Amino acid sequence: MSITLRQVSKRFGATAAVNGVSFAVQEGELVGLLGPSGGGKTTVLRMIAGLEMPTEGDIWIRGQRVNDLSVQQRNIGFVFQNYALFKHMPVAENIAFGLKIKKWARAARAARVAELVSLFGLTGLEGRYPHQLSGGQRQRVAIARALAPQPSVLLLDEPFGAVDAKIRQELREWLVRLHHELNVTTVFVTHDQEEALEVSNRIVILSRGYLEQIGSPREVYEQPANEFVARFIGVMNVLETEVRDGWARVGGLDFPAAGQPDGQRLRIGFRPYAVQVSPDLSQYHYRAVLRHTFFLGILLRLELELPSGLVIRGRMTKEEYAQLGLEEGREVSFQIRQYRVLAAESAVLPPELPAAYPAPPTIAEHI
Amino acid sequence: MAAPPKGLQRRLLTPSRRGSEESALVRWCLVGIALVFSAVFLLLPLANVFVQALGRGWSVYWEALTEPDSVDAIKLTLQVAAMAVPLNLGFGLAAAWAIAKFDFRGKAILITLIDLPFSVSPVVAGLMFVILFGLRGYFGPWLDEHQFQVIFALPGMVLATVFVTFPFVARELIPVMQASGIEQEHAALTLGASGWQTFWHVTLPSVKWGLLYGVILCNARAMGEFGAVSVVSGHIAGLTETMPLRVEKLYQEYNSAAAFAVASLLALLALMTLLLRNGLEWRSQREQARGLATDGAHPAANSVSVEPLG
Repeated sequence: MSITLRQVSKRFGATAAVNGVSFAVQEGELVGLLGPSGGGKTTVLRMIAGLEMPTEGDIWIRGQRVNDLSVQQRNIGFVFQNYALFKHMPVAENIAFGLKIKKWARAARAARVAELVSLFGLTGLEGRYPHQLSGGQRQRVAIARALAPQPSVLLLDEPFGAVDAKIRQELREWLVRLHHELNVTTVFVTHDQEEALEVSNRIVILSRGYLEQIGSPREVYEQPANEFVARFIGVMNVLETEVRDGWARVGGLDFPAAGQPDGQRLRIGFRPYAVQVSPDLSQYHYRAVLRHTFFLGILLRLELELPSGLVIRGRMTKEEYAQLGLEEGREVSFQIRQYRVLAAESAVLPPELPAAYPAPPTIAEHI
Repeated sequence: MAAPPKGLQRRLLTPSRRGSEESALVRWCLVGIALVFSAVFLLLPLANVFVQALGRGWSVYWEALTEPDSVDAIKLTLQVAAMAVPLNLGFGLAAAWAIAKFDFRGKAILITLIDLPFSVSPVVAGLMFVILFGLRGYFGPWLDEHQFQVIFALPGMVLATVFVTFPFVARELIPVMQASGIEQEHAALTLGASGWQTFWHVTLPSVKWGLLYGVILCNARAMGEFGAVSVVSGHIAGLTETMPLRVEKLYQEYNSAAAFAVASLLALLALMTLLLRNGLEWRSQREQARGLATDGAHPAANSVSVEPLG
């Protein structure tokens, strides 16, 4: 076990930033701390680093309780959100800083810097100052500097927050490759669920200081522990319904609710990919008008307006869209393949329910 | 009435190209006022100092400067500055560090206190020290028993100078330190550096220009201070007379040539301070400009190439 947190809490004055959070990170794992801003994820990362001290609870790194160890003694590598490169030092000196402090011999230092420079694709930039580098280069220097003294864990605070969208994607892939190559236990903080899903082995989801769920990207996506996770990971249609005659109804949509008393309110959620659309008005149960199509790259997001005025979101591939001959303003039929009954934000979620009507296969199934 | 020449007429009457620009007439008036004012009130007196000092020839000038009392005044001024400037350097660094990097109770009060010497008349500052350390002051009798003289001696003059030049270094450093933030220091800590190593290798180099600038201003003021030092010194020729005090005494004795000779040294100090200050500004600007130029010259540096690993 590389990092273990046991019932860790942190209070700043009267406000509790982190509440009784426990989780463990395996040796060599790449874990994402995900949550909305103000969720406590950066505080957790800084407590692992020793930049903040927990108010309660214990933190272990490689079997050693580190609560009483200073930042300097914890042997961690930390990459700050804005990289915090030493502005008055060129790239090579930035990378060598930790080695100098740890009194590496000159030759060993030079060899380590050369190794990292070539590993991080910084060859030729050794003499540049931070302000002469692009955002992506700065980030790589920051990671190289953190890794130089061979830390036992690498901690990254919003590592892709400060670069523009185009470079982001490349950096993500690069980080995964780097982690694969070096196999250093890595914990990174992000508020971008897509980033967390793509990069992490496992995701720790935090909100308002509480741990909501920990699991692989697939687990948290397919089996969210509660409504917060279900709504935070991926996109979800959420409807407030009211039960009448054994059906939960809203705006012309009905969901089976046998046994529920009339007047009972139920919150229903379903993923956009669970919405199946057909231009054939007789194919599916419900009717709607395709109001807008948003282009998201390979996927399209559809906005369907029901006769009642209720708007739901669907998702399909470009190919499927073309095959079905859909266009904005057209009337379509649709159905909802799977949905969930949502409860209070942090209550445990019942599993997803299949729809009450037969679902024909769709090529958008795995999107 | 003859019309002004065509070119001038056009320049004076055409509306400015940008909406925010004042008309040419207004601009020239403002520039003219500023130039005339600084010539009359700044340049003329400064030039006059040198004219008066050298008016009776180099030999008189040299004699006035090498007179024993004047030499002592120069020595004492250097001595006072050599003590006051390092003290304020240390204090300024500590205060700026505390204010920029930490949050604590009473921070606002500390910031206000640092500015106090700017708003207190130097004469009042001098009197404060006389009341504290003078023979009839609070600590005076005790100090006298222990044969340690503060007022009318070097320690009092250093104290008064430290008080007056207190804000310069701190004032220069606080914005620089606040701008550079705390993250670089934190990064150094995560890399294993101790507090002292962090200060020496990270904090100090990142504020070096601001620090130098503050020290130069502090030094100029320390050498030129009159009011506060005048009150605590007692004007003992050859013992407690700094250059500004010496200038005053010589002038009172109707020895204006000698007075101006010593004054010219102070004026030279002021000019050198200005030169150094501009030099520093130019250097730090050039450092930034060089960075930008290099960025432009290597467009490849801006595109990220992600090499395959291993």
